[in-house]
Amino acid sequence: MKILMILVAGVFVNNFILSKFLGICSFLGVSKKLETSVGMGIAVTFVMTMASAITYVVQYAILNPCHLEYLQTIAFILVIAALVQFVEMVIKKTSPALHQAMGVYLPLITTNCAVLGVTILNIQNSYNFLESVVNGAAGAIGYTLAIVLFAGIRERMELSDIPESLQGFPIALISSSLMAIAFLGFSGMI
Amino acid sequence: MNHFKHFTDGIIKENPIFVLVLGMCPTLAVTTAAVNGLGMGLSTTAVLIGSNVVISALRKVIPDEIRIPAFVVIIASFVTIVGMIMEAYTPALYATLGLYIPLIVVNCIIMGRAEAFAYSNTVLDSFFDGAGMGLGFTLSLIILGSIREILGAGKIFGISLFGSGFEPALMFIMAPGAFLTLGLLMGLMNKLMKRAEEKKAAKEDALS
Repeated sequence: MKILMILVAGVFVNNFILSKFLGICSFLGVSKKLETSVGMGIAVTFVMTMASAITYVVQYAILNPCHLEYLQTIAFILVIAALVQFVEMVIKKTSPALHQAMGVYLPLITTNCAVLGVTILNIQNSYNFLESVVNGAAGAIGYTLAIVLFAGIRERMELSDIPESLQGFPIALISSSLMAIAFLGFSGMI
Repeated sequence: MNHFKHFTDGIIKENPIFVLVLGMCPTLAVTTAAVNGLGMGLSTTAVLIGSNVVISALRKVIPDEIRIPAFVVIIASFVTIVGMIMEAYTPALYATLGLYIPLIVVNCIIMGRAEAFAYSNTVLDSFFDGAGMGLGFTLSLIILGSIREILGAGKIFGISLFGSGFEPALMFIMAPGAFLTLGLLMGLMNKLMKRAEEKKAAKEDALS
């Protein structure tokens, strides 16, 4: 039951982008086209789920027994950077087509605050292993949902007549504000 | 003089938030009140100055291929130090900013300045660049925080501005208000900059 709660909360209620403000840079940067945003979403989902699992092990098997909790930030960011590099190598070797589609986004993920954010949140909320992985996956699905929806809106917006000084980032921010209001409606779900 | 230019560039012409659009996550997340913006801004500035100075001092030692991991480790060390200092001396602020303190590591402003400036400039220049960028970031956060706090809670820096009859628009301290305020401010900034440019062009026309 708790697992289901975490899943729903992660995807809708505590949506990473629209209510926690994690991963905004890539949200605004790569949401211009529907295709690229789907690619980014898949890459992030993969890395975030893996990162949740690995950082859990790092925290409870290495940092806690050695009393090195203060190294959490450094250790986690290195784990994520290494993981991203590793994933990129594996994909390049096993599926060149997928690599071509995802390639450009992978290096960007290291500095995506959603990934580091979810791993730290898992530890802060003292989730167990399964809950951490589910939370990571849920957060990533929420991220993908928001970025894909937003890309759809932005593609439509290309055609509309926007006042000159609001073009580009300002109008993108204003439309994400409206999306955030819509997602606030989910907060009644739990 | 030259150093001073690096310093002022960061505040207006290359303002990290309104012009370069970097570091959006903490900008939107912590500006529910002016004082949070100030705290976040100052801690980011401290990390930015520290990492800029160290990276530019080590720029001849760090091999090109592994510069990104090296930058990340340097930045993460400074973030850990700043986090520990805040936890010790300003526990209330540390609790409010919470998750967003370790997330300074992945703030694109810091990585961006390390890569674009500190890695190819002298220590002194990097120091001023870091200070200017940090100050520009802090000022933007305070402006954003103040607007949201006034509209959303009727206060500024925790001091009540209006009488008890004032009904604050709660939306502004919630998530949608952050996007809306920043979007409108950015639009306003574009408008003002454009007007200033037009004025300058008109003046030059008149002169010639």
